[in-house]
Amino acid sequence: MHFGVEDMIEHVPMEDKRKSAAALDEARLRQQAIGVKLRQMFDEVVNEPVPDEFLDILRKAEPPTGGQ
Amino acid sequence: MAEEKVGRSPPDPARDALFKRELVTLIPHLRAFARTLTGDPTAADDLAQDAMMKAWDARASFQLGTNMKAWTFMILRNQFYSEKRRSWRQSQLDQEAAERTLVAVDDPEAPVALDELRLGLAMLPAEQREALILVGAGGFAYEEAAEICGCAVGTVKSRVSRARRALQAILEAGAYDRDGAAAGDAMHAILADAERLSSLR
Repeated sequence: MHFGVEDMIEHVPMEDKRKSAAALDEARLRQQAIGVKLRQMFDEVVNEPVPDEFLDILRKAEPPTGGQ
Repeated sequence: MAEEKVGRSPPDPARDALFKRELVTLIPHLRAFARTLTGDPTAADDLAQDAMMKAWDARASFQLGTNMKAWTFMILRNQFYSEKRRSWRQSQLDQEAAERTLVAVDDPEAPVALDELRLGLAMLPAEQREALILVGAGGFAYEEAAEICGCAVGTVKSRVSRARRALQAILEAGAYDRDGAAAGDAMHAILADAERLSSLR
């Protein structure tokens, strides 16, 4: 009887702790997954070939070289 | 313009060439950041080109060897917000950008999880979205992101953490409410996709 009560007192918070630890792990996992997707979304554009326009306008902006 | 004159030094072709080489390597990153700000590929490239030229024009004021990526991102961001301020339809523009993002992701080839993530991102307040992108995707430290956004480090930290929580909640609730998509599907798709990606590594 006595042990039973103590078991319950011990048992409930342990269960809660385990549950909240699992929930925390789950939340961390989800955040990690979102992070992976965020980087993927960004890198998708980074890995696109750069349109020629960019280099063209940069070339045109270059000051004339030499003694001009 | 005034700053340019102050920063102007005698022409230095070797330094210019060095600067230019580094600037060119940053173009893909500028395009990606611009895309997340505007939500529209064409407007994003216009913005990225403007920022690139502004950086080029201001090259004399840049200290070689310091963080050029953060410097150009700051130029791009300032350019974006000054353009937005000029047109006084700011809230409308936000709405339009969000709608364009909706349209832009209507590509049947695009992976579902990415679509939902873009939709979720479009629902975040602009300052939370940019903080999360800079830190979570752009690879910037909180300190660098704070410099780019012109705010305190603590502000960036709290924006990123609020953005993360909000984004997760949006994805889990399926709050973007796209026709027929079951609530919670987005988060499942993202988890599955992330798992697949990490197993490939």
